[in-house]
Amino acid sequence: MGTVESTSTLTPSGRSITVSLPGWPGNIAGQHVDVRLTAPDGYQAVRSYSIASVGPAELVELAVDKLPTGEVSPYLVDDVQPGDMLELRGPLGGWFVWKPEQTGPVQLIAGGSGVVPLVSMVRSHTASGSDAPFRMLYSVRTPDDVFYREELAGSGVQVDYVYTRAVPAGWPTGPGRLTKDRLAASVFPVSETPAFFVCGPTAFVEAVATWLVELGYPAETIKTERFGG
Amino acid sequence: MTIFTRGFSGRGRDNNPDLPPGQYLTEDFPVLSAGPTPEIATEDWQFTISTETKRYSWTWEQFMALPIEEVGTDIHCVTRWSKLGTSWRGVSLDTLFADVDTSYEFTMAHSYGGYTTNVPLEDLLDGKAWIAFEFDGEPLHPEHGGPARLLVPHLYFWKSAKWVRGLEMLPQDEPGFWEQNGYHMYGDPWQEERYW
Repeated sequence: MGTVESTSTLTPSGRSITVSLPGWPGNIAGQHVDVRLTAPDGYQAVRSYSIASVGPAELVELAVDKLPTGEVSPYLVDDVQPGDMLELRGPLGGWFVWKPEQTGPVQLIAGGSGVVPLVSMVRSHTASGSDAPFRMLYSVRTPDDVFYREELAGSGVQVDYVYTRAVPAGWPTGPGRLTKDRLAASVFPVSETPAFFVCGPTAFVEAVATWLVELGYPAETIKTERFGG
Repeated sequence: MTIFTRGFSGRGRDNNPDLPPGQYLTEDFPVLSAGPTPEIATEDWQFTISTETKRYSWTWEQFMALPIEEVGTDIHCVTRWSKLGTSWRGVSLDTLFADVDTSYEFTMAHSYGGYTTNVPLEDLLDGKAWIAFEFDGEPLHPEHGGPARLLVPHLYFWKSAKWVRGLEMLPQDEPGFWEQNGYHMYGDPWQEERYW
């Protein structure tokens, strides 16, 4: 059981929520939590959210994008206020994680709010002083929809953006979905044997993972996490 | 003690007795996989059951010559979606185990791509599990585990291994892939056996 410490608007549909959780054991980068909401009549709804923060602190930061037809995300994005109580269970998940003792190159690939667990990996990389080469490819609808843009820019990690619906002024190309050629040009080459973390909507992750295998990256170096239908 | 969430009323109440605790209904068919989707041609496909003494195997052609059952069932994913009344076609594990001789009581399902999941043998027999190759009247899409996946609908759906290639008999229960990464050893949705 935690108390909402603060909230911050990230995008028109996304918000970060920092929850104070006494006794939280800390988490590794990429893990998630279950958030449980309880209505006055006892009805409960639970959904999983990736943790944006990392490490031993008892302050846990979630970043949530609102699904218009969702039940829990609209509450977290529009309604929750500092001082509210939230029930969190976790940290959960031991597969889609990056630990500072991993020294090889890491290629992060995000679709939309799938960037959240990858941000925690960038934060873990920074906090640990890791020398592992990191690079991120971030596909997002419009410049306004980017989560943590300034923090990513200041992290030292090269971030390549793909804008699918609208581009910033002066951008060299028009908006468009990620292609296999663009993917090949924006990630560490096969010779550097990168570890991949791909997170986003199912169709995006499916396309990216298939292309990576076609480009010659071994399937066992590609970890995926998907959301939505 | 229950703490109510200020300002939350809930809007997606599915007061459906077929829905296990903590699940919500979906009309989609979401995907949960840990890596890329393997592409397996049916000419290359093989299904094996290996016991303490012997290895039984079927090619796609031999497999398709076995009695095929129609299965109508509800499925429940640990990520909280449930889909009711799904329809499948496949071969019952009772058929595949008919001539298999083993004293071991546990199994590890192995998939193309390296995925594993553990299921007790008794949860695969007596009309409880199938190797399914059709969903909703269509060949099973690779994204959903085609050409064939294990179907054990009374357990959370991660037990229904996609791209299944065989079952290994084991003398004791051992954790598979997700079971080593935080999910429950057994996974009964009605008991909410999601995590360790």
